[in-house]
Amino acid sequence: MAHDHDHDHHHHDGDHSELSETALRVKALESLLVEKGYVDPAALDELIETYETRVGPRNGAQVVAKAWTDAAFMEKLRSDATNAIADMGFIGRQGEHMVAVENTEDTHNMVVCTLCSCYPWPVLGLPPVWYKAPPYRSRAVSDPRGVLAEFGVQLPENVGVKVWDSTAEIRYLVIPQRPQGTEGWSADKLATLVTRNSMIGTGLALTPDQVAS
Amino acid sequence: MNGGQDLGGVHGLGPIDPEIDEPVFHAQWEKRAFALTLAMGFYGQWNIDQGRHARESMHPAKYMTSSYYQIWTEGLIKLMLDTGFVVPGEVHLGRQEVTPRDLHRDPVGADEVAAILAKGGPASRDLDTKPKFKTGSKVRAIRMNPDGHTRLPRYLRGCEGEIVAYHNGHVFPDTNAHGKGENPQHLYTVRFAARELWGADAPANDCMHADLWESYLVPA
Repeated sequence: MAHDHDHDHHHHDGDHSELSETALRVKALESLLVEKGYVDPAALDELIETYETRVGPRNGAQVVAKAWTDAAFMEKLRSDATNAIADMGFIGRQGEHMVAVENTEDTHNMVVCTLCSCYPWPVLGLPPVWYKAPPYRSRAVSDPRGVLAEFGVQLPENVGVKVWDSTAEIRYLVIPQRPQGTEGWSADKLATLVTRNSMIGTGLALTPDQVAS
Repeated sequence: MNGGQDLGGVHGLGPIDPEIDEPVFHAQWEKRAFALTLAMGFYGQWNIDQGRHARESMHPAKYMTSSYYQIWTEGLIKLMLDTGFVVPGEVHLGRQEVTPRDLHRDPVGADEVAAILAKGGPASRDLDTKPKFKTGSKVRAIRMNPDGHTRLPRYLRGCEGEIVAYHNGHVFPDTNAHGKGENPQHLYTVRFAARELWGADAPANDCMHADLWESYLVPA
């Protein structure tokens, strides 16, 4: 932070030099692995582009919107989520074994990986920083209602919270409740209400009013 | 291992601080660290459990204060050193000092990436034994404190729960992470009441689930 010299200065400076060190370390690593013939830089670019532009929470939003509008699909999602989701073309790495968990009037589901960063990549893409960081991973299991409050979600006391800790290779997708006032909406329009956080369980689906504003 | 990664129930780690409209990556180096980790993993010289164990072996103080892609980078370096892809001096300088390993294949090309990602790496395995528990069985997670890899977190050990789903056979991480074989076991989802895990102050209608291998469980 070159523009000022307030008491934050040292802190920001420290962050900056630490990140530069990491950036240099990764740069050196890539140079080395290319020189040794282990990696093709074009394949690295392709991997990055895949998860920056093609695989992300829009995929999961389509799954949720279909579940809201297609009862047969919802049934299949309950009995065999992996294949139901694969039928929509969302397959592969970190989505090999899928389970869908449904929010209802009296149940709210929330997903975490306390031991690392397990996350359903084919439907949600790569996880956000907070999902992989110690504050969420520590408290999602011990104080889920406190965590939800930090995301602005207040649940009535009669709603039970079900937390799913992804300790094996099963990956969980939360099916949020369909918002009121969306009767007759198409699946494509409904998908615009489905946020990433609503599919992790740290949020709810948006209401039509929230999208309009 | 009771390392920095086993975070369930730890206090004092601060607010979650979610970022609005968060980008997929926050810096160029994160993109490259991510892609290098996947690309080197494609050689199959280590499995997913060895990958996780390499990351969690970091000193807990460093683990908790590093960003996740920093943890990935250090984990990748450890795996490549352990398997002879690189030597320490090379990592430091970013230049080749010793002859590359002969892998009898070219690196994965851009045109092969989509198929490899689509294939994934299923962990399910057929078993010819019958599962010991069924849905509704009351079980207790065993007490153990292995210094190697395990996926039974500390906050569940010794606690009683109920089987709510069965997932057939899955590769057993505790041996697979140490090159001691896949040894697949029956895998179950177990539900624990919040009060069983956290005491009387926890809400009566909340519960936590974890996916646990048969040898982690005994009848309750």
